[in-house]
Amino acid sequence: MADVLTFTDRGIYCAAGDFYIDPWRPVDRALITHGHADHARAGMGSYLATDAAAPVMQHRLGPQARIETLKFLEPRQIGAASVSYHPAGHVPGSAQIKVTVKGQSWVVSGDYKTVADGLSEPFAPVPCHAFITECTFGLPVFSWTPQDVLTDQINGWWAANAAAGRFSILGAYALGKAQRLLTAADPDIGPILTHGAIENTNEVLRAQGIPLPDTIRVTPDMNVKDYPGALVLATPGAMAQPWARQFGRASTAFASGWMALRGVRRRRAMDRGFVVSDHADWEGLNTAIRATGAQKIFVTHGYTDPFRRWLTDQGYDAHVVSTDYTGDTEDEA
Amino acid sequence: MKDFAALFARIDESTKTSVKVAALAAYFRTAPDDDKLWTIALFSGRRPKRMITATKLRVWAAEAAGLPDWLFEESYGIVGDLAETIALILPKPKGTSDQSLTDWITHIKTLSTQDEPARRAGILAAWEVLPTQERFLFTKLLTGGFRVGVSQKLMTRALAQATGQDEATLTHKLMGNWTPATTTWTDLIDADDPTADLSRPYPFYLAYGLDSLDELDPATDWNAERKWDGIRGQFILRGGEHHLWSRGEDLMTDRFPELAQLRDFLPDGTVIDGEVLAFRDEKPLSFNALQSRIGRKTVPKKLLIEAPVILMAYDLLEHRGQDIRKQTFTSRRKELEKLIKAVPITTPIRLSASVPFTDWNALAAERDRSRELHAEGLMLKRLDSPYLAGRKRGDWWKWKVDPLTIDAVMIYAQAGHGRRANLFTDYTFAVWNGNELTPFTKAYSGLTDAEFREITAWVRKNTLQKFGPVRQVTPHHVFEIAFEGINASPRHKSGVALRFPRMLRWRKDKPMAEANTLADLKEMLATYG
Ligand SMILES: [Zn+2]
Ligand SMILES: [Zn+2]
Repeated sequence: MADVLTFTDRGIYCAAGDFYIDPWRPVDRALITHGHADHARAGMGSYLATDAAAPVMQHRLGPQARIETLKFLEPRQIGAASVSYHPAGHVPGSAQIKVTVKGQSWVVSGDYKTVADGLSEPFAPVPCHAFITECTFGLPVFSWTPQDVLTDQINGWWAANAAAGRFSILGAYALGKAQRLLTAADPDIGPILTHGAIENTNEVLRAQGIPLPDTIRVTPDMNVKDYPGALVLATPGAMAQPWARQFGRASTAFASGWMALRGVRRRRAMDRGFVVSDHADWEGLNTAIRATGAQKIFVTHGYTDPFRRWLTDQGYDAHVVSTDYTGDTEDEA
Repeated sequence: MKDFAALFARIDESTKTSVKVAALAAYFRTAPDDDKLWTIALFSGRRPKRMITATKLRVWAAEAAGLPDWLFEESYGIVGDLAETIALILPKPKGTSDQSLTDWITHIKTLSTQDEPARRAGILAAWEVLPTQERFLFTKLLTGGFRVGVSQKLMTRALAQATGQDEATLTHKLMGNWTPATTTWTDLIDADDPTADLSRPYPFYLAYGLDSLDELDPATDWNAERKWDGIRGQFILRGGEHHLWSRGEDLMTDRFPELAQLRDFLPDGTVIDGEVLAFRDEKPLSFNALQSRIGRKTVPKKLLIEAPVILMAYDLLEHRGQDIRKQTFTSRRKELEKLIKAVPITTPIRLSASVPFTDWNALAAERDRSRELHAEGLMLKRLDSPYLAGRKRGDWWKWKVDPLTIDAVMIYAQAGHGRRANLFTDYTFAVWNGNELTPFTKAYSGLTDAEFREITAWVRKNTLQKFGPVRQVTPHHVFEIAFEGINASPRHKSGVALRFPRMLRWRKDKPMAEANTLADLKEMLATYG
């Protein structure tokens, strides 16, 4: 039997429907799991994404991008392939894409996490014959802090700084991570300031009806000293730039799955490192894979070699696929 | 251990001294005495003995986590630290524990007296109730290796803030061979007399490197002497017993048994700051000779004859039981001279002679003679200066001779550890030997983080071959290597060994063909070896 999906140098391809999933080179028809830059790239003839993912994609790719939308679980026939999108729990609107051809179902996970973040549509396992999964954190050393503990850690840190009259600058990726932290922050502690790149994303998400706490955009003409003790959400890039200096002797923190590793925390040289990721941890990956019931597993990005070996040991027919996804960079994960 | 774990996290993650000191001071104000004592002990390198092998811990942890050994190893390779790997791969804790740092250390001591099955059970039980960060620290205590990103100086500053005592006094109190088993917080910190412990050394006064002679005028305010190339030591004679301390607070008394003779000729209540030097015919031997004595706890007779040592005396800190550090250098020096004059010439002690000079130019000429005298350069000490504690600017300066340098080609690269994991920071360098490149040294410091990142990216693209963690790279980049000395070494392919090699500069301007040759190195060996 022919494979439902094949791996080409442009991306994951479905011959039966003549489309690509998260391609990294220009193609006519691209099915997109979510709006992160390594999955939704510019230059595609057309895009198909969930209605919740589309606004951010449109914002990032520009008005000329042709984006068609569909709802979660809505069936769509493309050529000889049946397609549906299922929540991946990664960021708002992020999907796993299920493709069925002649009774054979394959699922592309995109990026995903199995724990609820209070913001994204919660991950739902999709039964299938073959599962194409990320494994950014595919080693047993990665085990995430539970959301409630994390919330206490972040608010505790912020409150202590606010009491001392210091700003709390928290670095996080602009789409997903930043809003998740916003949702966790306790607005009773003080005002929340945002870097422009994050606030742009906030505006898009608010416009599509996702509730987020009130935030104040940092602009060149404002005096941030008017907001003493504020929480400042910044992109990882901005934290290293002169922009961050206007906050004086602030306490700095970074939120990423990589903060689980002491060496990385020390290299980042922040005052605090919060272990929080929008990718699945070791336990999450294993649970998700088991729940699909799939025998055939392809791992795309992350610690692919050891993870494949582990899956093989567990009795799966596991393979490594090389892709151009870069979700394993420190800033994003 | 929660408070200790929180403290550790704060000072480990931040690079700001203000954050570290504040966290430590807050801890010293609130923690129970025995925990404070242990914290000081751990942070000043007084580690508990390793009670279990790393191999055993690895196996037990993998079993407890239900993971195959290869996956443990794979994880260890990424994390780079055994205790951290263990803390991370074990399942989330099942219970909780309110036990203190001291409780856990006591637990470890008890386990070390038990047989292996009991140890295993005790360790697994601990792992089961401790959250990740505490589990990491507990495992660090088991393996005996405990390093933290806080200097003794910062810890003492925090302790001063918390106790209201001054830093120099506290520094003195923390010196010596105490352990939490031999003292209490009250005796160590609250007690008034730091010399109550007869073996306790004074904090060493350390000099900064000289930036400019201009600030030193007039020259008549200064004493110059050689900066000898040996091991800085503090000789203590009190209550008829003698002790020899290194600057790193290692007790070296038994390694240099010949210095025991000093007991017979120096008055009781004498503390001398000096340099332990291999010495014969009134001349220092090369550092190589002393090297053969370092690291040996006991010394065979043959070595005592081949590499006899003396104490080259720099300064007198205690005289007839009185702490005289507040007196001027001139007056301390006068007393020191008197002491040494009264000692027979056969006794292994000498006064580090002053180097007379009329102006700075004359002194610069003296400095240029350093290498031939087996000295590292000159020390400048202000005549009216007291003997301070720790590294201080102003009254003492070291004026080292410029390092030797050589341009070499990088041929191997290896990734660093910890903070530098993921970066290639350890390089092997070679010089030309005809058309071949002969490796002669390794170096791993001296570049900026940005340079390390740049080279790391280059190494990834230019790897010829991998040997485990080591990568052979395309010979291309030239670096200027600085070093303090050169010795013959039959163990090395190049026939030479360098002292303190480090990267001075990345010579992007220099083509590989213009790197130095093995003949150049041999010539340096002939001149300076
Ligand atoms: Zn993503
Ligand atoms: Zn990704």
